[in-house]
Amino acid sequence: MGISPVLWQFLVKWLNASALFPREASTIAPYMDSLYFFLIAITLVGVFLVAALLVTFSIRYRKAVHPVATQVEGSTLLEATWTIIPLGLFLICFVWGALLYFRIYTPPANSSNIYIVGKQWMWKAEHPGGQHEINALHVPVGQPIQLTMISQDVFHSFSIPEFRIKREVIPGRYSTVWFEATTPGSYHLFCTQYCGTNHSAMIGTITALSPADYKKWTEQSTSGMSLAQNGERIFASMGCNACHSGNAAARGPNLAGVYGSRLRLTSGAEVLVNEAYLRDAILNPSQHVTSGYTPIMPTYQGQISEDGLIDLVEYLKNLNTNDRVQQTLTTSQSGQAAPQASGVVKP
Amino acid sequence: MSAPSNTILNLPDQSTAQLPRRNFINAEHGLLSWLFTSDHKRIAILYLISITFFFFIGGAFAGLIRLELLTPQPDLVSSDTYNKFFTMHGIIMIFLFLVPSVPATLGNFLIPMMIGARDLAFPKINLLSWYLYVIGGTLTLTALVLGGVDTGWTFTAPLSTHYLNTHVITTAFAIFVAGFSSVFTGLNFIVTIHRMRCPGMTWFRMPLFVWAHYAASILMVLGTPVLAIAMILIVLERLVGIGVFDPTKGGDPLLFQHLFWFYSHPAVYIMILPGMGVISEVVSTFSRKRIFGYTAVAFSSVAIALFGFFVWEHHMFIMGVSNYSALIFSLLTMLVAVPSAIKIFNWCFTLQMGSITFETPMLYAFGFMGLFTIGGLTGVFLGSLGMDIQLTETYFIVAHFHFVMVGGMLMAFLAGVHFWWPKMTGRMYPESLSKLAAVVTFIGFILTFMPQFVLGYLGMPRRYHAYPPEFQVLNVLSTAGATILGIGYLMPMIYLAWSLKYGAIAGNNPWQATGLEWQTQSPPLTENFTEIPIMDHEAYDYDWLEHKTADEVTHVA
Repeated sequence: MGISPVLWQFLVKWLNASALFPREASTIAPYMDSLYFFLIAITLVGVFLVAALLVTFSIRYRKAVHPVATQVEGSTLLEATWTIIPLGLFLICFVWGALLYFRIYTPPANSSNIYIVGKQWMWKAEHPGGQHEINALHVPVGQPIQLTMISQDVFHSFSIPEFRIKREVIPGRYSTVWFEATTPGSYHLFCTQYCGTNHSAMIGTITALSPADYKKWTEQSTSGMSLAQNGERIFASMGCNACHSGNAAARGPNLAGVYGSRLRLTSGAEVLVNEAYLRDAILNPSQHVTSGYTPIMPTYQGQISEDGLIDLVEYLKNLNTNDRVQQTLTTSQSGQAAPQASGVVKP
Repeated sequence: MSAPSNTILNLPDQSTAQLPRRNFINAEHGLLSWLFTSDHKRIAILYLISITFFFFIGGAFAGLIRLELLTPQPDLVSSDTYNKFFTMHGIIMIFLFLVPSVPATLGNFLIPMMIGARDLAFPKINLLSWYLYVIGGTLTLTALVLGGVDTGWTFTAPLSTHYLNTHVITTAFAIFVAGFSSVFTGLNFIVTIHRMRCPGMTWFRMPLFVWAHYAASILMVLGTPVLAIAMILIVLERLVGIGVFDPTKGGDPLLFQHLFWFYSHPAVYIMILPGMGVISEVVSTFSRKRIFGYTAVAFSSVAIALFGFFVWEHHMFIMGVSNYSALIFSLLTMLVAVPSAIKIFNWCFTLQMGSITFETPMLYAFGFMGLFTIGGLTGVFLGSLGMDIQLTETYFIVAHFHFVMVGGMLMAFLAGVHFWWPKMTGRMYPESLSKLAAVVTFIGFILTFMPQFVLGYLGMPRRYHAYPPEFQVLNVLSTAGATILGIGYLMPMIYLAWSLKYGAIAGNNPWQATGLEWQTQSPPLTENFTEIPIMDHEAYDYDWLEHKTADEVTHVA
């Protein structure tokens, strides 16, 4: 960063105390702030330069002192100067900004995932361990956290200014962002995309906890069912296991270990199976038929809520063997007449 | 006029001076003679009256917004009402004030006169354009009176298509109609500039005001239809649910933003380029010097118009677009910033070796240069990908946009109105009062919008009805500034109206400016020139003007 850590600390402390500058509470924040100060420096230089030119010329060439203007056509040298120098500076801003952008939007491999569902006008957070929160999010410090987010209705935007992160939460599509909190404390969560009547009430609190406190919190607030367990229940109740049983003769492809693999579709395209693919394949199966299978799967559009889809996705991500799938299949076939397949499943 | 005077003002002897007996204002009488006119000058006056009307309505909404934000609690109005306030403020100010402001008033009045023509190429289409504007405006007011609309001026789908029960269709249709008024204005300008220049008026003898309008017209003609498409799709989506933007029907809500910003980014150049044209005229006249680097300034307008079409995605950097396309759009955004920098420095160096006086239009132009520099450079913050993540959708973007549009465009508009007021009305505005107004506007502006940059980095989201209490101090400062700003805008309204009857008689060329529009009487004849002028000199040729004036004196004597 080219600035001594002591000086940086002093500067940040002074700015934080004056309530003109947000706290730095994530690993990203110092990177963001150094670019911010660089851009402010450019702006100040630019504004002072223009102001100095205006004032100097206004004084030196005002009519009382300089009654007759001297006509000058222009100067290619000067034109080149004020084309190339701003261009150079702007290109530095471009490269620096691009590096930062890729840093903020590329989660590290060891990050743990939390799901966020936005809806008018609340934020729901779903931890894989089964902790559910509304307008609140508890995270440990010192651990990279990836958020996989989706909106149930309109565009929202998930912003934590003190972490210097923000990402649009889009209907019908997962978007992701990551951060690593550095300081325990509570921080603002804002919806920054205008989303209707109570847009300004779609706010919440991010609580960053020390690893020990976070462990305590997770244990105290679990609902007892992890997302994957919820997902397994939906998988059985929607009858998915009837086709996706993992048997050689099954009508649907084997789903164990499918997450993270590359699939060839009947259209000839090769796709990486990630969260977004799994979600799309459930809602819009005819567009996502694995090569070698027939398009017989019905759409589940409107039958499973976004939360339910998250449970299913989380279940499939962790599905390594079909033993339990076949087990539930046998139980449900012998025990009850048919698996429950009632309308919308809300875990 | 005493010899070492600090002004170039050159008025005829007031005891004998009279307005020209025959001019475009008194050529015909009665309301109908205005409503059915095809004179570009009269249409410009009609536009001036109507955009001023809408400016004060939009301004009233701004006042209500700032009043609500005085306290962190949502206490003045309900959330729905607040949302309608900022929506109406945005729609009225952008589509009914900023887009037509300089082109439809000053551009309409001056472009034919500057290139030595008797009228625009299509006078009746020009009148039609005003009627379309009035219909668009009336529809907007209808939506307002019936209960308003709360989509935000950006109409983001699917919020606007599926989740609101306000008058979205009426408003979308209003914008659709008003858009055509801007297409017709642009089309008229392009054809007029190509076909109707007087003998000797080559492209590089045209005033830079005309170049700027030419560039803006290209944007109007090519960009506005895309906005019309976006609005029609919104209406169809609401009426029959065609599902273009609805993800559950296989549509893509991001597509709307692509369509909308494909117009609305170039639209900011539609708004600012004509303003830049005004600044070129004003700076040259009050420093008695040809614009430094005329060709560079002319081509930078065209460069802005061209690059302006390829940067729209920078409004969507955080919206899950591909990282690599974001990279390209960020780079293009940096490139479009360069021509604006070129212009600023050329204006600064026009002052060098000049003989500068500080009349009101020049003060506004100085205000423009300062505020536009800040507005432009804060745009680089937003174009820089990583920085945009923290700043977008916050008050930083509100401040940036207002620095460019209000600090830049509105300052330029006021500079232009004061500069050409003597030409349009034949009378001078009161000089010291207007200087005061210029200074008040500048101070009020800085106080209103500077705190918003700080609020933005702190993270205060835009369009928030209530906000955390720690943001209050900065919001109070901003509201205080808005009060001053309001006074700064009311003053010209009052003294300009006063000057219509009591202002000093201006004479043909009070500023000793070189443009062809100044070489004829004020207010001009309906046909502009008794005989079509011949352009036998370069633009901004002050020596030519001096010889011509000397000639006239000897000849008349």
